[in-house]
Amino acid sequence: MSMYYAFGTVLLLLGITAPVALSFGFAGASAARSHIAPLRWIGQTYIAIVRGIPDIAFFLFFVIALDQGFEFIRHKIKCPDWDEPIRQGNDFVVCTAAKLPLGNAPQWVHETYGFALAVLTFSIVFGAFAANVLLGAMRAVPLGQLETAQAYGMTRRQTFWRILVPQMWVYALPGLSNLWMVLIKATPLLFLLGVEDIVYWARELGGSKRPQFTDYPHPDWRMWYFLALLVFYLAFTKVSEVVLNRIMARLSKGQATAAGEAQRKAAA
Amino acid sequence: MSCWETIIDYGLRSQGIGERLLPRSDFTLCQQFTLIGSGMIWNIYFGIVALCTGFFLATAVALGKASHSVYLRKPAEWFIFVFRGSPLFIQFFFAYFLFLSLKSQFPIFSPLTSAWAGALVVLFLNTAAYSGEIFYGALLSIPKGEIEAADAYGLSGWARFRRVIWPTMLRLAWPAYTNEAIFLFHATTLVFFSGFPAFQQRGDALYYANYFADKSFNPFIPYPILAGYFIVLTLIVIGLFGLVNTRLNRHLPQARRKKLRIRPQILR
Repeated sequence: MSMYYAFGTVLLLLGITAPVALSFGFAGASAARSHIAPLRWIGQTYIAIVRGIPDIAFFLFFVIALDQGFEFIRHKIKCPDWDEPIRQGNDFVVCTAAKLPLGNAPQWVHETYGFALAVLTFSIVFGAFAANVLLGAMRAVPLGQLETAQAYGMTRRQTFWRILVPQMWVYALPGLSNLWMVLIKATPLLFLLGVEDIVYWARELGGSKRPQFTDYPHPDWRMWYFLALLVFYLAFTKVSEVVLNRIMARLSKGQATAAGEAQRKAAA
Repeated sequence: MSCWETIIDYGLRSQGIGERLLPRSDFTLCQQFTLIGSGMIWNIYFGIVALCTGFFLATAVALGKASHSVYLRKPAEWFIFVFRGSPLFIQFFFAYFLFLSLKSQFPIFSPLTSAWAGALVVLFLNTAAYSGEIFYGALLSIPKGEIEAADAYGLSGWARFRRVIWPTMLRLAWPAYTNEAIFLFHATTLVFFSGFPAFQQRGDALYYANYFADKSFNPFIPYPILAGYFIVLTLIVIGLFGLVNTRLNRHLPQARRKKLRIRPQILR
């Protein structure tokens, strides 16, 4: 039964990560084109640092790094009179009160914490990609639009929220839909983060490490489980493709882009 | 132990040459650099062989998808959809278990269950699908005039393809293909995290980086080393592809030649 919940886990991850990553991306892109220099540097570094390195390395890195970072901060706050060093050779030692989650917490807290870490990691990594797409989209909005807004006496803030943000989506959508496809295809990496997702179950159900001790009435079925996963992902990609095409058609309506122009001609 | 001895002991560890036991505690920086670098041999091997072989299948698939015959077009379309629509991670798992069950039926398949051959097959098919789509896009955007000119010169069939269509297709596709090559190298890190076992701890760069991070609970050293190696590898790939790009564009007037730029923001 847990196997079927695992599909839910993946969908939940996608459902939470996509908006969070998008807001990370929006914040990153806005920061990167800010007029305040330190804010701009933060935004640009955030975008630059996540790209160009295999994403799986980030997934492995961030989960430990975030975990240790949280525990380190809690340790500083909760146990100020602790005098032993935190890094003792190969060990990372914090006081018991700072452990995350607490040692005596029930099982579901541990699982939820692991899942939350995974969501945060995914959001940070994909947020950087989204930030880049959105930054490109903000630059693609015709300059004349912004100049017109200024000519009407709008402030910078008003121009940003009323002119730039509504118009940038049509330019951002191709990039974002590509990102969504990549996000779907990155979800099996959850398994590496220790969350019991569908890959975990497909491996477990088929057989154990020592097949001679298992007494399943059937031979090794892991191949078929993974085939099922393959089909699941293919179907999911196909559905997303159709939906995204519809959204794109809706957004292009009345825009001064090639797609919008084609729609106008087809209607006329 | 001096650093030079470490290099002699572990420099080719990923190929099973040198010291058999991996270091267990008190890792030095030198050990981490050497072992992770030694693992890069696998990443480079997978990347280069898959790229060189995948290139030919990609050309064939692109021609198939652009062909008028349904019997050529449909298989090519499905091939591209299946490999681009599903996660590489799942493909690795599925292929591994598929090869396992094939092996139990026909012993001839036994090399395919080890990473050097089995994972290579998956990477080969995967990159062929992604590059096939890139080449297909380029094939569609070949200027009409060039093909008409070839017809006017009396070129047809193989000669027209070899002398006009193919070089132009490559020229147009090259920037995107460079990007695909970079992502392929990144994707090679997944091999030993899927079903494929690292025989006698002969793994790739990420395998060793993960080993160090697991043993020392300190992700802040091995992963940045890995990232550094990959950034260098990416720069080398861009340099080599840039040379080819110059050659492909050598007939164009200076102003119209496009230089390859590093564009890590583009996702696969």
